[in-house]
Amino acid sequence: MNSTFHLWLIPALPLAGAAINGLFGRSFPRKVVTALALFASGAAFAWAALCALRFAGLAEDAIPHIENYATWFRVGDFSVPFAFQFDQLSLVMILVVTGVGFLIHIYSAGYMAHEGGYYRYFSYLNLFMFFMLTLVLANNYLLMFVGWEGVGLASYLLIGFFFLRDSAASAGKKAFIVNRIGDFGFLIALFLMIQHFGTLTFTEVFDQVSQRPIETAGAGLLTAIGVLLMTGACGKSAQLPLYVWLPDAMEGPTPVSALIHAATMVTAGVYMVARSNPIFFRSPTALTVVAIVGTMTAFFAATIGITQTDIKRVLAYSTISQLGYMFVACGVAAFSAGIFHLMTHAFFKALLFLGAGSVIHALGGEQDMRQMGGLRKRIPWTFWTMTAATLAIAGIPGFSGFFSKDEILWNAYASPWGGHWIYWLMGFLTALMTSFYMFRLLFLTFAGKYRGTLSTNPKHTGGKHGHIHESPKIMTVPLAILAVLAVIGGYIGVPAALGGSNHFEHFLEPIFQAPPLPAGVVEHANHALELPLMACTTGAALLGLFLAWLLYVSSPQLPRRIADRAGSVYRLVLNKYYVDELYQAVLVNPLITGSTKLLWRGIDAGGIDGAIDGSARGAQELSDGVRHMQSGNLRSYAGWIAIGAAAVIIFMIVMGGK
Amino acid sequence: MVPLGYYLALSAILFACGVAGFLIKRNIITIFMSIELMLNAVNLSFVAFAAHWHVLSGQVFVFFVMVVAAAESAVGLAIIIAVFRTRATLDVDRVDLLKL
Repeated sequence: MNSTFHLWLIPALPLAGAAINGLFGRSFPRKVVTALALFASGAAFAWAALCALRFAGLAEDAIPHIENYATWFRVGDFSVPFAFQFDQLSLVMILVVTGVGFLIHIYSAGYMAHEGGYYRYFSYLNLFMFFMLTLVLANNYLLMFVGWEGVGLASYLLIGFFFLRDSAASAGKKAFIVNRIGDFGFLIALFLMIQHFGTLTFTEVFDQVSQRPIETAGAGLLTAIGVLLMTGACGKSAQLPLYVWLPDAMEGPTPVSALIHAATMVTAGVYMVARSNPIFFRSPTALTVVAIVGTMTAFFAATIGITQTDIKRVLAYSTISQLGYMFVACGVAAFSAGIFHLMTHAFFKALLFLGAGSVIHALGGEQDMRQMGGLRKRIPWTFWTMTAATLAIAGIPGFSGFFSKDEILWNAYASPWGGHWIYWLMGFLTALMTSFYMFRLLFLTFAGKYRGTLSTNPKHTGGKHGHIHESPKIMTVPLAILAVLAVIGGYIGVPAALGGSNHFEHFLEPIFQAPPLPAGVVEHANHALELPLMACTTGAALLGLFLAWLLYVSSPQLPRRIADRAGSVYRLVLNKYYVDELYQAVLVNPLITGSTKLLWRGIDAGGIDGAIDGSARGAQELSDGVRHMQSGNLRSYAGWIAIGAAAVIIFMIVMGGK
Repeated sequence: MVPLGYYLALSAILFACGVAGFLIKRNIITIFMSIELMLNAVNLSFVAFAAHWHVLSGQVFVFFVMVVAAAESAVGLAIIIAVFRTRATLDVDRVDLLKL
């Protein structure tokens, strides 16, 4: 039973793919590049699945299964290993990452077929897989941080993939810089752990953490670490106030948005918080921070999602909002619900993005939903798969999103770890808005009449891409597979209230061991409420569906009138609450002005350069003066000698020979 | 007996004349003579001290100086003749080929 899993193969395969394609891919034909990249990610998925099968045979005391490959570095008593940890949580994560990642690789082969930089794209995509797998397999915070930064790098490279477009290049930079702010918090948390625990290995840190009491009275070390970790998660997972990079990240190719900015990378923050659950369990304050940030983000992003007209931006705000849900779950210590939603969200949001990509592909690059409509008959595969995903994200009963969202909302209300009806109410309203904006997207895109210009102008882009066409098989097959997952993915976690046994939660239970509840806290949940609350959220989903149908199918002139009536409120939301403008005015501009005027012109050019130039010029002028003494004229030297001798004599006379 | 100070004063005046001549004049031969003047000013102070303190070594030094000066004159005058032959001038400011 001690046999090794060779876990290292899982990240190593994509790394090899990235290296070969990145170094030599320029001279390979496209077929070879595709084959290499697909093989790397597919083999990683296969190996992960194999490991998962063998994992089932592990004895309980053999979990977590840790594979130690080498010592990375050692400083005194502090050492960091290169080691991977395989347990229920990382199992779920690697299956999601490699599975969804593989499907998106296949899809990309079709989507990117006509783009330049093909080998570069697949090299980056494989590189992303490598770092993401390192992140979720690491057995210590530092190795996790390596993956954490690596996915940030891959994200930066892929957002700026069309780097000739100025907006794409600056969106990449924005994502990278905003993430640095969060990483700052993450790093400080790591320093605190090193200082107080002397180790960064998960098992050792959590052992020491579990010795400590729950920090009920005010704040302590664990609260500080928890809040700082949450800061890091805010950056990576696009939570308030660091969410601003994600909508701009839509500049990248659409499959990238699906893989990195919907399914996997942005959920790294949720994974990290869930992984650190022993810390959060012992700090109610940190939990509350997580829950409040999650609730506000979910609600706030959903309101913006309602007004956006760019199909990818709607999905981006939807992603932010759904990530907010996951943080609400983590914030009430319902970590398994958060991971459950992470998984179902990976399915349906990847599907939505890929479907949106298929729509954009069909329309030759059009992203504005006002220029769409009536596509139902023209691209049926895309339509049906996106419908499945929309039903799932809206929380229509029977689809995967329903189970995971319901799990979160129930825990938001009922969890003894800070559950509160306010969280539930906000989540309920968000569910209503989610359903509304998703069906709005679906109706605007597929229902009604086509509002664009493409079909009347067959020469739009020339060739067979001049008219609306369904995507090739290589793109629709991954859509279909994801659609199946989006529909049935929820059935592994059917809650007890619906007669299920909630396999998923029981599976993850060993990871999320709650300490005894602090004194004075009692279970306040009334389980009789679970079904009525579920009915409420279902009602919200149906209401959203009905409103979207009313506004965008039944009477399409109504939204305009409402927008006019709402006036300033509508404009406020349409312009995303002017948050970007606010950041620009409050943070970016002062920084630029300060850097230019004070740091560059003042301190650098004036102070440092001035001092150096000044001393150089002084030396030059001094030597220029002294230079004239050395004329080369012998008699002038003699004159200097005479003057010197005279000076010595005068000196001696004046001193009186003392 | 003439006091020591008188000798020293004369020596200083002679030396100053030598220095001034060396610095001011351009003719190599005049400069050469100024050097001799300085040497002899020093010689004068040597013998004056030697007589005053009744020490013989001062006078011995003077002989040394005179021998060195004679040798120097021989070499120096030879150089001057060589310079005059090649450059047809005795102006030191025009004999500055080694100057940058």
